[in-house]
Amino acid sequence: MELTKRQQDILEGKEGDVKAKVMKTLIMYGETFGAPKMVDVTGKYGHLVTSFGLSVMKPVYDLMDTLIDGGALSSQEFSVDPRPLESCVPRNLIQNIFFKVMYSKQADYDRQLKTLGIMADDAYTCTCYMNEVGNIPNEGDILSWAESSAVVYANSILGARCNRNSGILDLFGSIVGCVPYFGLLTDEGRKADWLIEVRTSARPEAQLLGSAIGMKVMEQVPYVTGLDKYFSELDDEAKAYFKDFGAATASNGAVGLYHIENLTPEARKQGRQLLRENYRTFVIDDAVLEETEKSYPVIWKDRNASPKLAFIGCPHLSAAQLESWSDRIDEALKRNGRDKVSVKTVMTAAPAVMENFKKSDKAVRLQKEGVILSHICPLMYMNNPKCASMPVITCSNKLRTYTSAKYCKEADLLEAITGGAR
Amino acid sequence: MTKKVFHGRAVVKGSVTAEALVSKGGFNTLASYQHALMFGDKEGKCSDQNNPDLYKKPMSGKALCMPQTIGSTTGGLVLYCAASMSRQPACLLFSKEIDSLAAAGAILADVWTESSMPTIDNLGDEFLSYVQTGDRITVSEDGTVTVERA
Repeated sequence: MELTKRQQDILEGKEGDVKAKVMKTLIMYGETFGAPKMVDVTGKYGHLVTSFGLSVMKPVYDLMDTLIDGGALSSQEFSVDPRPLESCVPRNLIQNIFFKVMYSKQADYDRQLKTLGIMADDAYTCTCYMNEVGNIPNEGDILSWAESSAVVYANSILGARCNRNSGILDLFGSIVGCVPYFGLLTDEGRKADWLIEVRTSARPEAQLLGSAIGMKVMEQVPYVTGLDKYFSELDDEAKAYFKDFGAATASNGAVGLYHIENLTPEARKQGRQLLRENYRTFVIDDAVLEETEKSYPVIWKDRNASPKLAFIGCPHLSAAQLESWSDRIDEALKRNGRDKVSVKTVMTAAPAVMENFKKSDKAVRLQKEGVILSHICPLMYMNNPKCASMPVITCSNKLRTYTSAKYCKEADLLEAITGGAR
Repeated sequence: MTKKVFHGRAVVKGSVTAEALVSKGGFNTLASYQHALMFGDKEGKCSDQNNPDLYKKPMSGKALCMPQTIGSTTGGLVLYCAASMSRQPACLLFSKEIDSLAAAGAILADVWTESSMPTIDNLGDEFLSYVQTGDRITVSEDGTVTVERA
């Protein structure tokens, strides 16, 4: 691999042994994929996937100490995925004991992140690209990010360039300020392998459509048609839809970039020229989505149990989504003759997004109706075995994939939390 | 005893002999290792409910055969943690080109831990259709993978 003088100096240990090892790791990573060179990270901020102080992940925290002690701090500030816990989220005594043991390293890890370069004390979210958070890359920026849902959003909706980096390597790129040039950083790597024709009878549920596509194309790039009739531009509603869509493609498959005809930046500029010569075609209709949903295993002990908890907001909700859910819950409660939700419901968003929302009448109303507003990572909550054994429902396909939570379409979840016996 | 030899690329070199554990679909690293790492399961039983080939089967010390890994970008650090705690598979064997998360995990384990986890990719679709859980696998430094079946 061709290295600049600075990169070569780092590799030779002129900025310390630890940075040399960081550079060696990135070079090996790049050489695996035939990267001819390392390119500078041009995005202003990084984003890290590792946000949790999980006691059993000791090797990660030991590595962070090695970096700090070796002077290998991040050359750019960064945001990080959501924290696992917040006191407002329901938990009983036993669950609480488990949480305390499981996440006993949280305070220590928070201190490590501060030393390494976190951009703000509340910069803990998987949706760092929200205006309120401020980690919004420009089109064409080279990033050293991880968090699958953030990477796919940055690539697809913002037109930035980032590979699906693993946790730890995200930080490594921010430390040395460069990443190997391959895959989604290159024009060739951003071409589409699949033409996905969406021919459903109505706008498909974002998280279900993303799941069906992710499971089909795996790590390849899909070019999706048929959605531009539901969205005329990438406004807040469209961005929120594709945030959820992308998270499902990335967690149910391994998609790092998608193109949406007439909407996403590269598709608007290049259209179907983005399709590779030998692209494959996959048609998605109502039947495909129905089959996809039916394929999800339900691992509740009692498959017919009544849900005890509902999570909305994986990935974290946007301000517009918080408002929309507030209106929909209020209308559904009135329709069902209820004052409060019948299932404990937690809605999650970035701390800065949630703090803004909490000032609104819609937030006050939502809280009176019994909805809990939080900024945790629902996935980290569900990692607690005493939480995992509860019947939890969610409209997040990502949360379903990694936990025992059962997936419900948004309308079904809404009915479940606002209906039931009075 | 039948024996079949496949050739791939050694992403991380090494030699080992182990029993095959085969995932015909994408291997979701986080979903698979989540419980094992969280609750100190030394056998590393797979916790990915969406993977019928591996669900609840021990992964530590096995020759893990798969097309590629999928899912969360914590994948690489999960493999790094597994290797640091000596709960890693004996080797990673990919029919396709290795994906970025698995590559990160294999390289982090190689550079930053004392554990060995030889990693071979590009073994071809025929490898994955042939190999079965329980086969005896021998991996050589040059990326040769020998599958033996009783």
